[in-house]
Amino acid sequence: MPDNFDSRAEQAKAVLASVDPRPGVPKPDPILVADHVRRSFGGLTAVNVEHVEIQRGAITALIGPNGAGKTTFFNLITGFDDANEGKWTFNGRQVAGTAPYRLARIGMVRTFQLTKALSRMTVIDNMRLGAKNQTGERIFAAIFPFLWKSQEKQIDQRAIGLLERFNLHQKVADFAGSLSGGQRKLLEMARALMSDPELVMLDEPMAGVNPALKQSLLGHIKAIREEGTTVLFVEHDMDMVHDISDWVIVMAQGQVIAEGPPDTVMKNQAVIDAYLGAHHDSNLTESGEALTEDGAR
Amino acid sequence: MDWGFILTQTTTQAIGITAIIYILAAIGLNVQFGYAGLLNFGQVMFVAAGSYAVGVIVLTFDLSLWLSILVAIIVATALALLLGIPTLRLRADYLAIVTIAASELFRLSVRSIAFKDTLGGAQGLNGKLGQQFHDTNPLPADFQSLPVLSWTRQDLWVVIVGWLLIAAFTVLVWLLVRSPWGRVIKGIREDEDAVVSLGKNVFVYKMQALILGGIIAAFGGIVWAVAKQSVQPDTFQPDFTFFAYTILLLGGAARVFGPIVGGIIFWFLLAGTGEFLGQAIQAGWIDFLQATDVGNIRFMLMGAGLIALMVFRPQGIFGDRKELALDAR
Repeated sequence: MPDNFDSRAEQAKAVLASVDPRPGVPKPDPILVADHVRRSFGGLTAVNVEHVEIQRGAITALIGPNGAGKTTFFNLITGFDDANEGKWTFNGRQVAGTAPYRLARIGMVRTFQLTKALSRMTVIDNMRLGAKNQTGERIFAAIFPFLWKSQEKQIDQRAIGLLERFNLHQKVADFAGSLSGGQRKLLEMARALMSDPELVMLDEPMAGVNPALKQSLLGHIKAIREEGTTVLFVEHDMDMVHDISDWVIVMAQGQVIAEGPPDTVMKNQAVIDAYLGAHHDSNLTESGEALTEDGAR
Repeated sequence: MDWGFILTQTTTQAIGITAIIYILAAIGLNVQFGYAGLLNFGQVMFVAAGSYAVGVIVLTFDLSLWLSILVAIIVATALALLLGIPTLRLRADYLAIVTIAASELFRLSVRSIAFKDTLGGAQGLNGKLGQQFHDTNPLPADFQSLPVLSWTRQDLWVVIVGWLLIAAFTVLVWLLVRSPWGRVIKGIREDEDAVVSLGKNVFVYKMQALILGGIIAAFGGIVWAVAKQSVQPDTFQPDFTFFAYTILLLGGAARVFGPIVGGIIFWFLLAGTGEFLGQAIQAGWIDFLQATDVGNIRFMLMGAGLIALMVFRPQGIFGDRKELALDAR
């Protein structure tokens, strides 16, 4: 962290302050750059992104109304779905068409909208699974515990540390399936961090989480940024987006329609139109204005 | 009614050669289905591959029995690759459909007239298949029988080696499933995408599980060919696979000792009801059944028993009901 900033949050904000808030704008230090990414399902074009860049070290929110193509875009970038066309680079490396497990290995780790805690495995086993380059995961080495026992100890230490941070250390030996929905979100996030990723992609981290836990999740996401990890997340909850993101990208009908710092984006007419409909205030002027103010809070 | 006879006969079968063959197949299924979640409904194909490897190498080509073990491993691996490459990238149900079809294809191909010269057609391969193995029998030549269990000298040697094989594969499975490798395959069973997102090449792990399970089942086939000195294509029907599944679920899937305990109980009950009914009919206790009905009746009773098992103890003997319930959510 450079000396002239107190935190990565300030640093990210300061760097992004000079970026022109328009769709597809270049960033000073992008970790992810996507070009002409298109995905159609039959006649429906779900994603058609011309150009988008994700700034390194910042928290970027990807928002948009239902069906805007946010999750599909996520799936394409992380290799879980195949794009019809398009190129994207991660850390300057061309990764379009790369298998998803390879992307995870080079530092791009994602979570899922429907939480994927591995139910019939213990919390600690879930965490251990997140660690990279495990000798004991090779079938022939697996038979000889002395080859991987010491590595396993290091993994355990790291896992316990993360679980303590995420307030799950009481649950170490419990089955992940016995955790509450919010705890599973925490576990999934902690598990993603086991591999020391450079970019964490969270698909609706707040969905189905109670307000109290939401606050702690927000804290965790900010903490991830403070460690120098880039965060990109999909979210519906505008309050949350406003609270933690350094930069917001808005998608509608598969395209990026606006970009900018949270305050700027929420005042953007194209964004309001996308969420509320372009003619939302033509008849009911008063309620339209009320909603505009609400959106720009 | 000779209760002593019923008990010794039943016990002999419960830990006998047939039980050993099924237990080996079930250990293979435990790796594939129990731990990795692969719905392989064609396990009998791997057993058949093991048997035919012995038959073809020893009888058709007149080569060493020990070479046939190597060939069985290679053939099982090749079959697993052949099945897995197109199907393991797809959803689990596709593997189930493809494997059951493949096992029937395999059976119908090996019994076809086209390969009669090498594979023996519908008659199969019969002859001194296991002679090299039986020549190694360390039991005294004048051996008659154990005090209670009525095996011949030849069968007892097969039973001893069979159980040693079961012990060896159980230890192997135990070592594997408590390792990080086992953790990955259990994760795949729970949610494949989650494991992919953590940087594991899921396809390779599923393939390894399929191959390993196939090889263990092939050893069941080797035991079969050596013990019976014959390879019959029509013994490799799909019901073999379903019995192996029954054994696995009875003992408890994803439990190291599940297949062993399940296998012993399965054969104990099946043989026990058969012996009991046979004696009861002979003694005139049951007059509405013929002795020839016994074979079918015992399977009907077995089926009823299994339904009861699934209703009252779906986790099997060793399973943990709480763990099973987690899946339902």
